[in-house]
Amino acid sequence: MTETIEITGSNQRMDRAQAVPAIVGNHRDFLIVTGLAGTAQDMYAIEPDADNCFLLGGAMGASVSMGLGLALARPDKHILVMCGDGELLMNVGALATVMASGVTNMSILCVDNERYGETGNQITHTSMGTDLALTAKGLGIKNVMTVTAPDEIEAGRKELRRADGPTFVYLKISDAKPPKMSSRNFNAADRRIAFRRAQLGHL
Amino acid sequence: MSDQSVWGAELYDTLVDGGVSIFAYVPDGGHKVMIQKSLEDDRVHSIPLTTEEEGVALTAGADLGGKKSVLLMQSSGTGNCINMLSLQANGGFPFLAIITMRGTYGEQNPWQVPMGMAVRPCLEAIGVHVLEVEREDELKDVTNAAMNLAFRSDRAVAILLTQKFIGAKAF
Repeated sequence: MTETIEITGSNQRMDRAQAVPAIVGNHRDFLIVTGLAGTAQDMYAIEPDADNCFLLGGAMGASVSMGLGLALARPDKHILVMCGDGELLMNVGALATVMASGVTNMSILCVDNERYGETGNQITHTSMGTDLALTAKGLGIKNVMTVTAPDEIEAGRKELRRADGPTFVYLKISDAKPPKMSSRNFNAADRRIAFRRAQLGHL
Repeated sequence: MSDQSVWGAELYDTLVDGGVSIFAYVPDGGHKVMIQKSLEDDRVHSIPLTTEEEGVALTAGADLGGKKSVLLMQSSGTGNCINMLSLQANGGFPFLAIITMRGTYGEQNPWQVPMGMAVRPCLEAIGVHVLEVEREDELKDVTNAAMNLAFRSDRAVAILLTQKFIGAKAF
């Protein structure tokens, strides 16, 4: 099956608002941690305040490590981290720690628009030659896949669900600035409690 | 100055008895015994970090999954953690760091002094409760107090193992 996804932007890549939901698929297959900006908006657009997701609003660089803590604590669940290229670049060593931890129940979807979208769409290092899939491979992540075209989305969706992780899926998307979405819930204490109540059954 | 093989084992057992099952660490001579014990213990996860701030985020993720965790680090890594501690300040995530001090009492390496002096004010500025251990006989009480504050009252807490307690590294 080939997904219908528009190609846009100066880099002529897939539209973010279509590609990200398509590759995530049913988000209830995962417990999810997202980065602070674009990927939080992506997830919020899929389902606002979903109780299996924790969306960062700051603490840039936290998403992979937070997902790792969750993966260690919940071996019965598959953990998905959704992070942007800027977010990952800020703490790229966290991928080495994921490798060293030995977790298998964790996937990372790196949504790479080659831009710092929150701060004025400045280019990131990935537009200048950095390949975060090669980085992930080099840091020891077991399964690594780059997805650049609509006909690769389905394979990426399956890859994210591999039981023998850790898995890194590198989704290359358009650098066109996405339309501003409705304002999300930035109250981290509220979201922590909602997540724990839903996933643990207690405060 | 105390014998690490004794107090390290006591501290480790106190943490495990308190329900800690994830030890995230940046390698440090002062934590050598605890790191080794965590690596050899099938009941716990022992996770080497590339930088301390990973541990701040990792412990918050563990809390989302219902597990208690601790970050073992040296004072020099404190500065690496500060913005990441926004997670605890905003989210009410419990946080417990055990920090071996450098740059204070009896320090012989001047490179350790600036961060060593800044540890307490930096941690307090971002909302972390700071408790100190100066004698071996107070280690267990302070650790239990810190665990209560962190895991029952959902606070960020750091225990500083002072150089009066652990000794200053000789050069």
